Amino acid sequence: MREAESAARDGRGGARSPKVNDFSLQVATVNGSGSQSSNTVLLRALFQMGLPVSGKNLFPSNIAGLPTWYTIRVCRDGWIGRKREIDLLVAMNPDTAREDVLGLPAGAAVVFDAPLALAGLRDDLTFYPVPFDRLVEPVAPDAKLRKLLRNMAYVGVLARLLSVELSEVERAIGKVFGRKAKARELNLAAARAGHDFAATLEKRDGLRVERREGNEGKVIVDGNTAAALGALFAGVTVVTWYPITPSSSLVETLIGYLRRHRVGADGKPTFAVVQAEDELASIGMAIGAGWAGARAMTATAGPGISLMSEFAGLGYFAEVPVVIFDVQRVGPSTGLPTRTSQGDVLSTAFLSHGDTQHVMLFPGTVEECFTMGVEAFDLAERLQTPVFVLSDLDLGMNNWMADPFPYPERPVDRGKVLGREDLERLGGFARYRDVDGDGIGWRTLPGTDHPRAAYFARGTGHDESAAYSERPEVFESNMARLGRKLHTARGLVPAPEVRGEGKAEVGIIAYGSSHHAVVETQAQLLEEAGLVTDYLRVRAYPFPRQVEAFVAAHRRVYVVEQNRDAQMQALLKIDLPGELVARLRAVAHVHGLPLDARSVTDEILAREETP
Amino acid sequence: MTGPSPAAPAPRTNGLGLGVVDYRGGKTTLCAGCGHNAISERILEAMFELSVPPERVVKVSGIGCSSKSPAYFLGRSHAFNAVHGRMPAVATGAVLANRTLLALGVSGDGDSASIGLGQFAHLMRRNLPMVYVLEDNGVYGLTKGQFSATADRGATLKTGVANELPALDICALAIQLGATFVARSFSGDKRQLSTLLKAALSHRGMALIDVISPCVTFNDHEGSTKSYAYMKDHDEPIHELSYVPAREEIAVEYDPGTTVEVTLHDGSRLRLRKLEEGWDPRDRVRAVARLLESAQGGEVLTGLLFLDLKAPSFVELLGLPEAPLATLPEEVVRPSRQVLAEILEGFR
Repeated sequence: MREAESAARDGRGGARSPKVNDFSLQVATVNGSGSQSSNTVLLRALFQMGLPVSGKNLFPSNIAGLPTWYTIRVCRDGWIGRKREIDLLVAMNPDTAREDVLGLPAGAAVVFDAPLALAGLRDDLTFYPVPFDRLVEPVAPDAKLRKLLRNMAYVGVLARLLSVELSEVERAIGKVFGRKAKARELNLAAARAGHDFAATLEKRDGLRVERREGNEGKVIVDGNTAAALGALFAGVTVVTWYPITPSSSLVETLIGYLRRHRVGADGKPTFAVVQAEDELASIGMAIGAGWAGARAMTATAGPGISLMSEFAGLGYFAEVPVVIFDVQRVGPSTGLPTRTSQGDVLSTAFLSHGDTQHVMLFPGTVEECFTMGVEAFDLAERLQTPVFVLSDLDLGMNNWMADPFPYPERPVDRGKVLGREDLERLGGFARYRDVDGDGIGWRTLPGTDHPRAAYFARGTGHDESAAYSERPEVFESNMARLGRKLHTARGLVPAPEVRGEGKAEVGIIAYGSSHHAVVETQAQLLEEAGLVTDYLRVRAYPFPRQVEAFVAAHRRVYVVEQNRDAQMQALLKIDLPGELVARLRAVAHVHGLPLDARSVTDEILAREETP
Repeated sequence: MTGPSPAAPAPRTNGLGLGVVDYRGGKTTLCAGCGHNAISERILEAMFELSVPPERVVKVSGIGCSSKSPAYFLGRSHAFNAVHGRMPAVATGAVLANRTLLALGVSGDGDSASIGLGQFAHLMRRNLPMVYVLEDNGVYGLTKGQFSATADRGATLKTGVANELPALDICALAIQLGATFVARSFSGDKRQLSTLLKAALSHRGMALIDVISPCVTFNDHEGSTKSYAYMKDHDEPIHELSYVPAREEIAVEYDPGTTVEVTLHDGSRLRLRKLEEGWDPRDRVRAVARLLESAQGGEVLTGLLFLDLKAPSFVELLGLPEAPLATLPEEVVRPSRQVLAEILEGFR
């Protein structure tokens, strides 16, 4: 590759100002063409060079044939949220190439499949035509294989253009293809072919990477894998599920781990997995298992959450521990099954009829998908109630850099369970009596060998002894106790995380995957407008007391979230004292794409100018 | 008279030293004469006679009159009265959590054949080891007498309204779907129902008993095909049954030409003296065909309709360990620090 004659040459096809370790590239391909592996290789190679990097897969609800885009952001400042502007496009998909190119900001670069002849579309971009078919022709005789290998060829091209070390690309290919020797060799050859070809291109953009220190010890992993590991190390014993995007990979990954790490010396599994007939059955089985003493879980997404509603109410009212992972996608209804949102917050908080309320955890990082994955089981058993872990597609299905997950140091908490000896000593028990004043009764497990161990779990009105009762005062007192239990939950769930000195006038509240945009927004607000902000990340519902204190300490509080109706803000409004409610301002969007800092920053700045 | 009264005979106890009273539950709140009450009695008797420890039993049910009945027997057993039509899911979860439990499901025709038909089908398919008693009266009782999906075509409600849709044969379905013990009985046939319940308790797989159980309030009139009177005229036992517990010797010889004897999973034996030519409960195809034929002729075939002792139960299929999953200790269910380190290494 020849360096551009002069960095000063600008304008038409000219060299741009250098952007070292700070750009965003997008690969546009056809779904099912094997680009996922190529993109993972590229991401890993950048990661291995020590660069802060994040990858986002924007894919259709389709097996093959529809367009898909993958965005990789390299950011020297460490921001790993989505960036709206694309600096480099790899145009491989004839169906979208034109639109993709027209949508680029001026000055961007385009690597494209030569036959697409895109170079004439605009004169404010840098174009690199690459004859991909010709490049991979010598690599594989089979046309079908060549279709896949074209995608690894662009990795080689990009490596050359961006100064990604070829040795790191090769290492990443080894990692992605593992023991599949033939696939590994073919892909290595394709990447090298692209790399060689790109030597003939004249470098006319300023994008490049430089190796740096920083990723030592870090891992790259998606949130669903992390959550699966959380469940594995929580000691889950019964897993029930019904396939639904984007949660399927959570359970499928978990099944893989269970088979590898949870088979006893006798060859017998220490777990049971059931693919149920629907989500009603999957949560029903998990509730039956939780009642009988298993660490039980299911995983789902929006439509499944809707179907689980009746059982969720039973779990709440009969007080059964169970963990439900909700990897949120875009609703209403079937919505956008392969796009991300935070749209299930409000409906999950009150999932089911009557005065039902649930405990929810909001992991904001893949580390938290793991730690909360473990903690959810302890909380469910401690609180004897369903616990919902609300992740989302962005967190769950995209690869993220993360610190290695900490091994759970706390022993497993099985909550308040009375055994045979306890019953012998006590002479009996009342299942729903609030003996400890925290709203949580003591339970027994079916099969406990004591004549007084049994109780009748039911969704009907019941007294302290679990006997059917329609008496008004009995019902009211039971509901009051369940309220006390929710109050207890405030002190047990993960506390919010606060960033900032606490002295700013403006506060920001966010949760889940919005976190990554918000931390960048904080920096942008400071840098661009001198606006100092404090940021509280909600990590659980019912809200711990710190949330109210945070709102009370700030004059204006922007609640940033990925839905239309400002669902978290609505929950806050219910929870906060009336005089604080007016301080909340919604920054709520739902478009299915991961939240980007620029949009949040611009909106907050605009609102700050016209308070 | 001041002298001591003659000593009352000691109450009968079973092999566990428990009396029938230890198998009783709360007072029934169902209507007097309801078939379900008779079934509750038969269930607790069977449990008592087979010396089943009540603490080992879990009673699971859905919603409806039948689903309330577990409160009226086996007060020393855990119970879960779940949501409408979803007892199968709860039963599945409980059995997987603790395979040493003996799950007894009680459901009705509305609960199983309408709202819960999907879960019913998949439960049969999985051959979950449990006893499933379907108390079948052809109407919704708690909502005051609407037809259910097992009501026969042409049967009438008290108001005279006739059912125009075909009845769903829950037994034929169960046989087709993979249940391994399928029987039909009548709440008024004490002997047959008791025998079938004991045999079902001895089976390690899905044991379904569809029990015609007349609703005295909403479906016991002329024009009903689930009434006491109708059953009296149309009940067609396919064989005479006798149950021989595992420990007992058989004294009476039998004629293999007229009687089939099968050894159940727990070693007990069931003798079926054939009343109908060529009936063998191990013949799946014949059983379904005969049920469909009988429905056309208005007969209600009762007895053990189908039995498969070879198909693995869901618990066997999953290869679960003998010890309950629910109480496996932390060192068994939480992999080591080393395992986490190795997995993380793979993400670097």
